[in-house]
Order: sequence, then structure tokens, then C-alpha cells
Amino acid sequence: MSEEIDNSKRHFLTVATVVVGAVGVGMTAVPFLSSMQPSARAKALGGPVDIDISKIEPGGLVKAKWRLKPVWVVQRSRAAIAELPKNAGLLRDPDSAEPQQPGYCKNESRAIKPELFVVVPICTHLGCIPLYRPEPGDPSIGPTWPGGFHCPCHGSLYDLAGRVFKNVPAPLNLPVPRYRYVNDKVVRIGEDPAGSHSSYRQPLIW
Amino acid sequence: MRKLLCALVLLLLPLSLPALAQDEGVTLQHANINLSNTASLQRGAKFFVNYCMGCHSARYVRYNRVGKDLGLTDVQLESYLMFAGGKTSDTMVSAMPQADAKKWFGIPPPDLSLEADSRGTDWIYTYLKSFYLDPKSATGVNNVVFPHTAMPQVLWELQGTQKAIFTTVKNPDGSTYEVFNRLEPVTPGKLTPGQFDKVDRDITNFLAYMSDPIALKSRDLGLRVIGFLIVFFIFAYLLKREIWKKIH
Amino acid sequence: MSNETQKRDFIDVTGGWLHQLRGWIDARFPMSKLWNEQVAQYYAPKNFNFWYFFGSIALLILVNQIVTGIFLAMNYQPSATEAFASVQYIMRDVNWGWLIRYLHSVGASLFFVVVYLHMFRGVIYGSYKKPRELLWIFGMLIYVALMAEAFMGYLLPWGQMSYWGAQVITSLFGVIPGVGNSLMQWLRGDYAVSGITLNRFFALHIVAVPLVLIGLVLFHLMALHEVGSNNPDGIEIKQHKGPDGIPLDGIPFHPYYTIKDIVGVTVFLAIFAAIVFFSPGLHGLFLEPANFEPANPLKTPQDIHPLWYFGPFYAILRSIPNKALGISAMGLAIVLLFLLPWIDRNPVKSIRYRGALYRALVGAFALTFIVLGYIGMQKATLFWAEIGQRVQELYFLFFVLSWVYTRPRSRGFLVGTFLAVMAVITLFDWLAWDPGIARLKMVSWLIPGVYCVIFLLLPAYFGKLLEPKPVPERVRFK
Repeated sequence: MSEEIDNSKRHFLTVATVVVGAVGVGMTAVPFLSSMQPSARAKALGGPVDIDISKIEPGGLVKAKWRLKPVWVVQRSRAAIAELPKNAGLLRDPDSAEPQQPGYCKNESRAIKPELFVVVPICTHLGCIPLYRPEPGDPSIGPTWPGGFHCPCHGSLYDLAGRVFKNVPAPLNLPVPRYRYVNDKVVRIGEDPAGSHSSYRQPLIW
Repeated sequence: MRKLLCALVLLLLPLSLPALAQDEGVTLQHANINLSNTASLQRGAKFFVNYCMGCHSARYVRYNRVGKDLGLTDVQLESYLMFAGGKTSDTMVSAMPQADAKKWFGIPPPDLSLEADSRGTDWIYTYLKSFYLDPKSATGVNNVVFPHTAMPQVLWELQGTQKAIFTTVKNPDGSTYEVFNRLEPVTPGKLTPGQFDKVDRDITNFLAYMSDPIALKSRDLGLRVIGFLIVFFIFAYLLKREIWKKIH
Repeated sequence: MSNETQKRDFIDVTGGWLHQLRGWIDARFPMSKLWNEQVAQYYAPKNFNFWYFFGSIALLILVNQIVTGIFLAMNYQPSATEAFASVQYIMRDVNWGWLIRYLHSVGASLFFVVVYLHMFRGVIYGSYKKPRELLWIFGMLIYVALMAEAFMGYLLPWGQMSYWGAQVITSLFGVIPGVGNSLMQWLRGDYAVSGITLNRFFALHIVAVPLVLIGLVLFHLMALHEVGSNNPDGIEIKQHKGPDGIPLDGIPFHPYYTIKDIVGVTVFLAIFAAIVFFSPGLHGLFLEPANFEPANPLKTPQDIHPLWYFGPFYAILRSIPNKALGISAMGLAIVLLFLLPWIDRNPVKSIRYRGALYRALVGAFALTFIVLGYIGMQKATLFWAEIGQRVQELYFLFFVLSWVYTRPRSRGFLVGTFLAVMAVITLFDWLAWDPGIARLKMVSWLIPGVYCVIFLLLPAYFGKLLEPKPVPERVRFK
């Protein structure tokens, strides 16, 4: 008769069964949670988007939509590019230290080609779309305004490289997407330039 | 033991019944496909794009999914399978407008994403090789498996043409009707019958893959799941025996 | 109980705060009380066998259907133009969508497998008899709700079989005199099954019927825990209690049956996984080929039949060559199951101690059900209609014979019943006489004929065949 109850054996088996069972339940949860990630269709729709920049005017911009977000390509004049370094003292992050742009855009103009600024114009404060205010001293903002972006929701200000000014609610620079030039007339949003494999996938805030 | 025997009889009895009710129709040839033969699937994909996608779509299937499952890179996909351009994340939609197709064939060519699941692979395999010349038909051909099909013989260059031999059968009342007997070659194609069967098999294989693309992987996963359950069973069973020890 | 001490040990090991938390909750919500009353101190007979796994397995599948259903509903589109494509979207584009969908579709079929086995257990051990009549009724209501749930769920993929199955089954209501046609249109919300029907079936399938099902399952369990479980010996364990008021042959559900059921559930899950991962369509049995084609209101599939679990009732419906009569017979086939506690009133519950002939009858009934299911999935030919009609007669004969076997009957009663039954069957044949299949009809007449000779004439002359065996005082264990 095996009347004696071996407590340590029973304890071991209970723990083992519970642990293996919990692992099983945990693994079962993976497919269900994973199914809520973007599907193949969402990814296909969120694939790279081409923007025609051949008809862009100096100082003007073209708008496009990528991953349900706006993308602007802004044509900056030579004078505006020359002005950019002068803003440094007024900016929160003049050197683009925060990862709001891919590595190949971590420069003064936050762009591959300084004259063309590619940006996702979504205010890093609470997600509104800022207004494009390129004229220096624009009366709606103030006489010292160097030109840039103005968010109407809560007054955040960015310069023409999308860098956020101090003393506004927005914490970070405007996000720059991954992009590359297919040729002189087409810029493709969502792909890195050939040869540069950036680990950058998404900005901190957008 | 007696219970087991009873259960066995219960289970087997229904299986013996079909013998009582015979089904009519053409006997289908066994497609004999192998989903784990990647080379065959790759060839099948190429044939499908070349010969089928002129008219048919597979609108639930994405090129890049095919690439992933069949081991093709994006560059290979673009150069071997995507003649009309587009993105690799697109679905395999035929360039032929549905309205034109309807005008030309009377009915729009069906989507083939699920054809292997709805018709069966043996049906597809046999269908593709069972076209025969029939001057009464608008396309000039007819099909043994699918009489009066609106589809032309797309693979005729490879297979050549065939004619159907019918035998005449007399009813007891003296009237007669024709029964299909066999197909005979008329003009040879570019391929020998053996080579053609291989092409046919590759296409069927690819259609089977498209119907249930996960079948390639779900078996491996299934083995692992069952393996895990066996491990869990051992612990649970030992615990059960331990807990039940003192019940008499 | 050493297990109780062990549990206390565990709670003490965690530093007493779990103990405190339990006290805090128990002062506000009867957590421990519920646990003890329903699980830890619910005394179940110790002699449960194989057949007693299926209750908890059914509960597990219910949970599986609800969870997978929720995740399917996140991606499914209930509209005539989108439904079919959205199922393919789930199968191909959604991460793991194929697994979730197969778990749901295979789960539906296995739900019926398990429920049929669970019901058969009730039949062989007399679990529907006093005092468990309501328990049985709740179970039958669950079964009917499950059929409604499965039927409406089957429309959602919007394939050919979905569409035409719904078309055929909603047409059944057209037979009701007077209001039939208006009722049919009201059910469909359109002149035929359409996107409108799909939308309401979706609402009913994912909200209304599941709520009813969960409620009924709770009632079923409450009734069970009120009267206590039956067991393979059909003996009330409450009749032999120890000085502590606990049945001598009872053991607490936890841990004994929780761990035993976990073992059973694991085996079931392995079978479930084998089907889901290796053959989710099970050669057309669980997923029908015709349903891989989108619904087309202008073309009926070549042969149309419901999924296997409706097969037996569909066979009864189809085999009677009269619309109203066929539908009534199908309804009666289900109603009679509800009435089983009042049809078979033999005091001996378990088949173990019933007469040899009753045991054969229950076996024959199971066989009848399987054969009917098989016939329900065959093409609608004259041959199968005729065989279906005969086998269907055997289905109904089960209930007649169960009633006859309720108590010892005289020879005259048995012979009289034999003659009456054969007269009714022959009368039906005469009314539905078809000279075209006269020979088939005469030969197949022998099916109920032989059946009645065995089950009615034989016991009239060999009374021993119906004699019960002595029922033991206490349950047998091993």
C-alpha cells in the first residue's frame, strides 16, 4: 500500500505542472496579441510613397500622405538656408540630438539636400498640423520671426528646419521620415538612400 | 475489448456504405503534388504568371508573401513574376479588366486564390490536360472534366491538341447516347506528354499552395505544439496519479 | 485533508499578505465561499470514468469559441461585398489570423463532437432521470442554442454553402401555415438571404446567442451542483453519508477532478491541435469545398448539405416526401430528446444494470444517429431518401422502446405493441406508395421489421433479455 503521501514529490509535481501550464497559456496568448499588430495589408498600404518634386516652386511646398500622416516637401531659398545656423541659441535642440530624424539627416538643415526639406508636419506637442509660415517677421507671429512653422493649437514654433524653439509647449523637433531621391524629380518616402542602412524606423514622437 | 470492437464497428459501418451508391463522372487523375517541393512551386508560380494571370487573378495573394514562402527575393519577384510593375506588397491581380473578360468569355474568369480548395487538386490537374478539339465550341476546344468550359486551351503550345473518342451506348429502348472513352493526340506540342504532366503538376502545386499558404508551415508548428502538450501531459498525469493515490 | 494543509503552507510561505488579501476580499465578496461550495467542497462520486471528461472539455471549447470569436470580430466585415474577402484577409494578412480562424472553425465542429458524447453519457447512465430532469432540460436548451449559434455562424464566411444553407434552413419556416412566408421574410429581412440577413446573423451570432449560451451553462451548472453528479453506476452517493455529512463515495472536485480533467483536456487539446495544424478542413467534413467559392444567389452548389453535426436531423427532414411532415418530424426528433426523462422511467439508471436488450437498444440508437448523419451528407437520391426514411423510423422507435422498457411488460403487451408499430409503418408506406421503387420499399420494410422483431417479439418470449441486474449498494471503483 502506498498510503504514505510523499509531500516533496507532490510539491515538485504541482509546481512543475503549474509552471509548464503557465508557459503554455503564455505561448497561446502570443498569436492573439500579435494578431492586433498591423496586418500585411496595413503594411502594404503603409509602404513607400513617391512624391513628384519637379513642379515645386521656390519657397513653396508639396503635400503628400504617407501612413495616414501628412508629408511635406519644402523648397528652401538659399537665404533661408543661410539663416538656419543663426537660430541656434533660440532652439531647444539645435544639433538634432534627439532621434527625430534618420542619421543621414542629422545636420544643420535636417535634410539630404539642404534646399529640399522633407518633414512630417505633426506638432510634437499634441499632434496638430502646424501652419507653414516661411516669411521672416510674419505679422501673425512677430517681428523677430525668422520663418518656419507655427502650430495654431497651442502656439508651438519651429524654424525652417523643423527645429523647435525654446519657451513653447512642444518638446521635440518636427519628425523627418526616412526618404531617398529616386532621381532629381522624385523623392520616395519610407526608404533609406542606397547604401545607408539607418537603424532609424520611427521618431520618438509623431 | 468488447466495447472497443463495438466502437470500431460503429465507426466503420458508414465507410462501407458508399459502395452502395456509385458516383458517375470522369475519373480524375491523381495530381500527386508536393507542397514542400519549393522548386516545383517556383516553377508553378512562373507558369501561373505567364499562362493564367493574363485572365485570372489571385486577388487575395500578395507577391511578397509568395516570395517569402517560396524563397524569392524582391528583385527576383520583380524580374520573374511582376511584368506589369507595381509593388511587391501588391496582390496578384490580372491586368485584364473584368468587364472585357466578361465580354470575351461570357463570364468573368474566376479568381484562382482558392481554386484548389474549392475544386480539389486532382480536378485542376486533370482539367488542365483534358482539353480536346471541338468545332462546335466558340473557343474551338471543349473539356472532358468541365464540359462547355468558357476557357480556351491556354497550354496548347506546350501540350499540342487532342481529340476525344466517344463510344456509343445503346439504351434498352433502342435509343443511343455517347460516353467519353479516351483522348488521343492530334498535333504534338513543344513538350512530351511526360514533360507536360510535370508543368501541369507544378501549376497545380502552386494553386494548392495559394489556397492554403500556411499549410507549408502549420505542420511544423503543429508538431511543436503537440510535443509541448506531451510534456505537459506527463507532468499532469504524474500529479494526477500522486493526488489520486489514496482513493480506493 | 493533507491537501488543505499544503495550501495553507503555500499561503503562509508568501508572507501572510496573500492570507490578508483573501480575508479582505472575503469580507466584501464571497470568494472563498463560492470556491468551497462549488469546487473545493463540491463532492463528486469517485467513480467517474472516460465519459465524464466531456463536460469540462465542452466548457473549455466554449471559452475557446468566445476568445477566438472576439479576435475574429476585430477583422471580419459583416457585409455581403466584404465578408468573403475579409475571411481571406484574416487567413492571409492578419498575423496568426489563420490560427485564430481555424481554432474557431475546428472548435465549432469539436464542440458538437464533445456535446454529442456528453449527451450520450447522459443516456447510457440515465443522468436525465429524477432528480436531474431540469439539468437535462438545460443541457438540451444549450444544445438547441448551440445549433442556432452554429447555423448563424456558418453564414458569416459568405461562401456558397453558407448562403445556400441559410437559404434552405430559413425556408423551413415557410411551412408554418398562414404566417410562414411573412415569418421567412421577417427572419431574412429581405426577399431572399442577403447582406441584411448576414448583418443580423452576425449580431445574433456574436452577442445575443452567446449571452444566452453563457446563461444556460450557468443554469446547467447550478442545477448540477444542486442535485449532485450522477455516476456510471447510477447510484445516489448522497444516500450513504459519513458522520461528517460528506458522502462516503464522494471526493472533493478540487483537487481530484480538477487535475483529472486537466489530464483529459490535455489529450483533447492534442487531438484539437492535430486537426487544426494538419487538416483543418478534415477532408471537407469541417470546412466544405463549396464554401471556398463566394456566395452566388443565382447558382446553387451541386449538392447541398449542412455540416456534419446537423446531418442526422437533415436526413430526417429530407427523407420524408412531404414538406410539412418532414419538418415536423425533424422538430419532433429534437423535442423527443427533451422529453426523454418522462419517456424512459425505468427506476434503474445506469445501463450497467439494465437488461441486455436495453443495452443493445442504446447501442443501436447511437448507430442509428451516426448512420443518419452519414445519410444527411449524401446526395439527395431516391435510394438515400428511402434508406433515410427507414433509419429515421429506427430513431423514433428508440423512444417507443424506451417507454416500453420502462417496466416489465406482459407478452400480450409486447406483441400488441409490435403489431401496432408495424401497422403504423406499413400504413405510412401505403400512403406514400411509389410504384417506381416498390421493390426497394418492400425490401427496406424489413429494416424496421427485423428491428421490431428483435426488440419487441424477442423479449415477449425470452423475458430474461429485459431483466435488470441487481444494483449494488455502493459505487464500484476500479
